[in-house]
Amino acid sequence: MTNNDGVLLKVENLKKYFPIMRGLIRRKVGDIKAVDGISFDVYKGETLGLVGESGCGKSTTGRVILQLYPVTSGKIIFKGKDLAKLDSEALRKLRPMMQMIFQDPHASLNPRMTVGSIISEPIIEHGVLRGRKLQKRVEELLELVGLSPTHASRYPHEFSGGQRQRIGIARALALNPEFIVCDEPIAALDVSIQAQVVNLLEDLQAEFGLTYLFISHDLSMIRHISQRVAVMYLGRIVELGSRKNVYEDPLHPYTQALLSAVPTPDPVIEEMRNRIILKGDVPSPANPPPGCPFHTRCPLAVDLCRQEVPAWRELRPRHWVACHLAE
Amino acid sequence: MLAKNGANVLEVHNLKTRFHTHDGTIHAVNGVSFELKEGELLGIVGESGCGKSVTVMSLLKLIPIPPGEIVDGRATFHGRDLIAMSANEIRHVRGHQIGFIFQDPMTSLNPVMTIGQQIMEPIRAHLGKSRDEARDDAIRLLRMIGIPMAEARLDDYPHQFSGGMRQRVMIAIALSCIPQVLIADEPTTALDVTIQAQIIDLIKQLRRELGMSIIWITHDLGIVAGIADRVIVMYGGYIVEQAPVKELYANPKHPYTQGLLGSLPRLEERMAERLTNIKGQPPNLFSEPTSCPFAPRCPYVFERCLEENPALWPISSNHKVACWLEIKE
Repeated sequence: MTNNDGVLLKVENLKKYFPIMRGLIRRKVGDIKAVDGISFDVYKGETLGLVGESGCGKSTTGRVILQLYPVTSGKIIFKGKDLAKLDSEALRKLRPMMQMIFQDPHASLNPRMTVGSIISEPIIEHGVLRGRKLQKRVEELLELVGLSPTHASRYPHEFSGGQRQRIGIARALALNPEFIVCDEPIAALDVSIQAQVVNLLEDLQAEFGLTYLFISHDLSMIRHISQRVAVMYLGRIVELGSRKNVYEDPLHPYTQALLSAVPTPDPVIEEMRNRIILKGDVPSPANPPPGCPFHTRCPLAVDLCRQEVPAWRELRPRHWVACHLAE
Repeated sequence: MLAKNGANVLEVHNLKTRFHTHDGTIHAVNGVSFELKEGELLGIVGESGCGKSVTVMSLLKLIPIPPGEIVDGRATFHGRDLIAMSANEIRHVRGHQIGFIFQDPMTSLNPVMTIGQQIMEPIRAHLGKSRDEARDDAIRLLRMIGIPMAEARLDDYPHQFSGGMRQRVMIAIALSCIPQVLIADEPTTALDVTIQAQIIDLIKQLRRELGMSIIWITHDLGIVAGIADRVIVMYGGYIVEQAPVKELYANPKHPYTQGLLGSLPRLEERMAERLTNIKGQPPNLFSEPTSCPFAPRCPYVFERCLEENPALWPISSNHKVACWLEIKE
């Protein structure tokens, strides 16, 4: 899993605004700037962790990349093609290569379909296999994710949260994708079940050479599963680098505060820790502050931060940050 | 940070709570006994459905009856049994001597009352203060919990506050009568980590100032490590381990506790170690277990575990564990 196998996905200055409509005639009065100009690469075979707090735009990023939402502007280059410019037929042809695992295993499986039909739906839709071969493939997929082939005839409600997430993973794998967006795949699960699902995702990556964009608010889990990490705040990426760089030498004050806020399951370490407690709340993405989006909460902010948007700088080799003060 | 005298503020003995549902009876809490010492912060950890919330809800009679039923148990608070109290008596204890904070600050505040009214309500009801006195108290409380422009914000409604601010308001309500005991049921679970850090910091500070005893319920072993003096681990409606916080993390004895700690990735983790997972699913609790509730998932299971449910056993003066591997008879 080296980083040099080439770029699988290139995101350039991606923006996604959702219109705010008001009044009887639904006049547009503004925009929610959910994703406000982000750029990054995803290398083949790696896991890129995308971390941030609720409302920072991380899930929107995942959905826009897979074209579940149309882009407002920017490029999404996947295997040399700009997904934002493709027509629906061309996009459909690419879909088998990029899949998604959703956060909520209760809402993302159709309760009226059997597990077998949920998993075979994408295969039938893309006309890959039929009949006996299809059935065999479904059984194979169920075994792959640690379920039993006999589960194919059951319905989602008969399964626990962790098992349902496995069904979602089997569906995502059905078409042999190269790239999977994992959108908070473990957030709804209990701790002991989280570890099962994460281990499964790691095993599958090793076996099939999958590339993951792993979206989560859980900094410890992101550190565990990712080779590189991007930190988002208010629609922008504020820091991007290798796991080691971001966690051991965080350059952005937001990353520093975020890392210091994560509780560690060790009372001895907890006793010695100095927390950076950020003041206030995240501003609304409908009305982001001018200058650096973080300046309203930043303990180090100076006048420059309030006026100018910080440039995206490669401050250390392969370690990028958007902060005027970082050095 | 344990209080020197260590007198028990609350003693719970053999609490059993069940829920009678259409699908059968759920044995949510199956004989739980523990004590809360003066000035102590007791953490109760466990996964969903382990009975941690039902335990404290039962103490305060906050479970709906029916379908719920407190089958057995005593909870001694100031020499009186909370479980045996009438609805009227317990109402005087709730919010006055025992305050509580719930997980979800969105649904536990009344959306059509101003937050001022909601903070003043217990002050007027329990302490019998006048409107003006209660208003002064409420302003003082809001300042204490760090809400800017307290006086003006008193007349705002919950929807005008952010999630973190709403949880602060919940804390203000819980503390309005300066309770001796504060019960916090997953108070930061719905919040982002930077906001969670704010709330934890606030509760630590209030604890220093007011010296109350706290029961903190959470599924997050990281939070407990940072704030608790003593920890109870629950599984399948039972307490499976109980120890001072450092002892528990340094020397976990129950295979479930070990599994939970192993399944957590750590920020200080060196390189990608594999997470040890606990195989299988938590029990469904439709029948009272006759064997160890953890036996189906336990890597060390042996015959005895399937024959009999182990009781909580003291392995040292302050460390108890319910596991046949540790019970020396």
